[in-house]
Amino acid sequence: MVRFVFLIFFSLVMFGAIARADDDPLAGLASGNYDQVAQAVTDLSQSGNPRAATIITALQNSQLYYLPDKTLVIKAADGSYTNAATGEAVTVPPADDDDPDSGPQQVRLNNNVRIAMDAAMGSLQLMDPDPATRLSAAGAVFTAHNPAVISVLDKAIAKETNASVKTAMEQARAAAVLSSDGATEDDKLAAIATLRARGDQDSRGLLQGVANQPGKVGAAATAAVTSIDHILQLWSIAQSVYYGISLGSVLLLAAAGLAITFGVMGVINMAHGEMVMLGAYVTFVVQQFMRAYLPGIYGANLIIAVPLAFLFTGFVGVVIERSLIRWLYGRPLETLLATWGLSLVLQQAVRSIFGPNNRDVDTPAWMSGATQLGGLTLTWNRMYIILFAIIVVAALMAALRFTSLGLRMRAVTQNRRMAAAMGIRTPWIDALTFGLGSGVAGMAGVALSQIDNVSPNLGQGYIIDSFMVVVFGGVGNLWGTTVGALTLGIVNKFLEPIAGAVLGKIVVLVLLILFVQRNPRGMFPLKGRAVET
Amino acid sequence: MPPDQPIISRRGLGRIGAAAATVAAIGAVSSAASTPAQAQASGGTIKVGILHSLSGTMAISETTLKDVMLMLIEEQNAKGGVLGKKLEAVVVDPASNWPLFAEKARQLISVDKCAAVFGCWTSVSRKSVLPVFEELNGILFYPVQYEGQECSRNVFYTGAAPNQQAIPAVDYLMNENKVKRWVLAGTDYVYPRTTNQILEAYLKTKGVAPEDIMVNYTPFGQSDWQNIVASIKKFGAAGKKTAVVSTINGDANVPFYKELGNQGIKATDIPVVAFSVGEEELAGIDTKPLVGHLAAWNYFESVKTNANTRFIEAWKKFTKNPKRTTNDPMEAHVIGFNMWVKGVQKAGTTDSDAVIDAMIGVSVPNLSGGFSAMMPNHHITKPVLIGEIQGDGQFNIVSQTPGLVVAQEWSPYVEDTKDLIGDWRKPLSCGAFNVKTGTCTAGKKA
Repeated sequence: MVRFVFLIFFSLVMFGAIARADDDPLAGLASGNYDQVAQAVTDLSQSGNPRAATIITALQNSQLYYLPDKTLVIKAADGSYTNAATGEAVTVPPADDDDPDSGPQQVRLNNNVRIAMDAAMGSLQLMDPDPATRLSAAGAVFTAHNPAVISVLDKAIAKETNASVKTAMEQARAAAVLSSDGATEDDKLAAIATLRARGDQDSRGLLQGVANQPGKVGAAATAAVTSIDHILQLWSIAQSVYYGISLGSVLLLAAAGLAITFGVMGVINMAHGEMVMLGAYVTFVVQQFMRAYLPGIYGANLIIAVPLAFLFTGFVGVVIERSLIRWLYGRPLETLLATWGLSLVLQQAVRSIFGPNNRDVDTPAWMSGATQLGGLTLTWNRMYIILFAIIVVAALMAALRFTSLGLRMRAVTQNRRMAAAMGIRTPWIDALTFGLGSGVAGMAGVALSQIDNVSPNLGQGYIIDSFMVVVFGGVGNLWGTTVGALTLGIVNKFLEPIAGAVLGKIVVLVLLILFVQRNPRGMFPLKGRAVET
Repeated sequence: MPPDQPIISRRGLGRIGAAAATVAAIGAVSSAASTPAQAQASGGTIKVGILHSLSGTMAISETTLKDVMLMLIEEQNAKGGVLGKKLEAVVVDPASNWPLFAEKARQLISVDKCAAVFGCWTSVSRKSVLPVFEELNGILFYPVQYEGQECSRNVFYTGAAPNQQAIPAVDYLMNENKVKRWVLAGTDYVYPRTTNQILEAYLKTKGVAPEDIMVNYTPFGQSDWQNIVASIKKFGAAGKKTAVVSTINGDANVPFYKELGNQGIKATDIPVVAFSVGEEELAGIDTKPLVGHLAAWNYFESVKTNANTRFIEAWKKFTKNPKRTTNDPMEAHVIGFNMWVKGVQKAGTTDSDAVIDAMIGVSVPNLSGGFSAMMPNHHITKPVLIGEIQGDGQFNIVSQTPGLVVAQEWSPYVEDTKDLIGDWRKPLSCGAFNVKTGTCTAGKKA
């Protein structure tokens, strides 16, 4: 960011002559040169022009155009134009077909222009009546930390009544002071104290930038960096735990269905991942359908997709069990090969219907972004997936324990012949159990569509992990699956920064093999007669 | 480009001159020989092999290339074919299975007698077919940007070598955004590893300290980027402008970018420049959170030239899908195919040896408004474009090299290969000639 100031400085030297010529930043905006546009944005925000905010907002929204005679115009959503400098309506002649340059040209953006715009809007909005806008403006000014806005900040701080906005402005001022060459030593030391109190990564970055300066300033900055590092270290452990839980919840979702089909029924279902994939494609189809026919309630698409994915993949599961798996009970090797073949068939079927490309599944706004909790960054999509995993597993446990279907399932898996003697239609229960496992996998697919690619290969990435979780947790035990998933998630996330993602995965696999060698039935082995059959 | 990095190095200049001489010489010979050759070649068809995965993981990228080849062959047949014969496409499906690539390649050359094969995407598939093409003396056109460090007599590399993509992108960030700290993030396989090795050496020659470079590899299909993105964020908070150079393989990019967006890292904070993300990959995602992130290619669909407009129109008409995008490897096939047609016309025959010799110096228009030429190292000259991702999934071209860049097949930044050049003109005919010792270390034609 410090470099950006130099960049501005540099461009000022380079293009100052052009901008000075008519002293009008608006001419720079129509220059078609990114550096000049960025410079013009900064000049405009400091020029006191009352239309500055309007023009920069239009630029941010890609509504700013210039005509062949370099007049700047703003294009409204309805296609009409107004003069950017005066606000009067103008009529723009349509472009010649032969020469597209004759029409209005959009002022194009690159990252340097965007950086300049964010900083400019920040400094312009410091006096905004809305405290939330002022807060975000202070944030933008903090990021830009341009020494030129210190005077504006001083005025804004003097007028500010809202305590949290005032703190943010003071921090922004401190950032700007540290970047300025003219500030006194006392001023800088005060700024370092302010940033030390803020104590986040951005402050650390700024402080690091001045840590090599001689004298008191450098010493204070170095001390502040060390102190921030201590705090950040503690937070980073908490952050790793959160990442681990979030990875664990994804694993749990993917493995919960397998815990039923493999754990309870003993079917080695290699097509389990494809059930997850089908669930993700159900989400895609639901979104497409709702966008076309039910745009009014489009916001609820994920909530509608969950039961539909459950029903659809559950139905597919029942069909697979009836047509394929029931002929193969008691022959694990044949089951493995048959279901693996089935997984290829399903993948290619989806590829033929939907094409090999990734499908665009929308993420609703309430699932994007993150919230800060102290030094923790909690991303919303992961939070909702953790919540969803808890609900799914709780519902699954309740279904097995409290419903009559669950009772029959448990009866059949514990003692098939006795259950049959009691009048339970065991083949039918087998089909429903397999359908339930597949349906849960489908619901997992809805969740995974939010964090992974919706492509025919989606399931492949989860099948190995799912088996690992189920075997580790103890076959036939949902609690074991839950604990297993969370353990693997957290171990993985602690190993990743130390060993790297590739080696981390290998280490986890080796540890798992060693563990299963000692405890072949996993962490929570089932006891009793059921195990022997 | 800084002044000490001329667009065309002295080595390259020599090559261009030599290439021009070759063109002139071959031109004279072929015009004399063309009449009888054409007479004898009439009747029958010329077979062109297409070796792209239509199923499995790579189908997402490679299916498009099969389609574009079919379109080019159809167009060429409408123009009367080559040497008076119609072209016939032989499509096989190696199913993203690397050993199967070698088997299918063998089938295309020895059973189907294809005059040339257009195919492969991943480097591992290319390495798998390489011995087959060399043994059976076939011709392969490889259309994808790759890690370099290879120069086979039987392969024409129409994609970018690292200096035609990675190094100009790094230069752009260094000059435009004043980036001082670099994260080299890649998927763990041969292309990212070699590219990052070259980039690391290059950055060090530019005075970047080792502690300002972070290298990170992830497995294929990585979907959980939480703490990797967090560590990039942490690395970026050291008071210096930071950028990510991403050689992350196609599919894993989407969750990576999503995580960047969710953790609040914008392109204005830490820009990501990617070498494997094109229009095709962006078609599957909402690009609004990615606006401003960069990609470096030799072609973008948004290039404004008449040649490109015509190509896009023909492509949409051929696929009967007005939403189909075009991308860089497709352009590479367009160039490669047109070069092959010219090479065959010049040689007057489809015989491998004659065509391989005739190809050097052939020059055809590319889609970004210039001409690309086949160099003696079997790589082509290309412009390098840097584009920023826009909200509509297209790229806004923010930088373009003023001229064409000549490929460096052997990287000068890697100790083992810095003295090597590839030159398949006679009498040198060597894929890895050591200019210091004056010996041919590999790839000498027997």
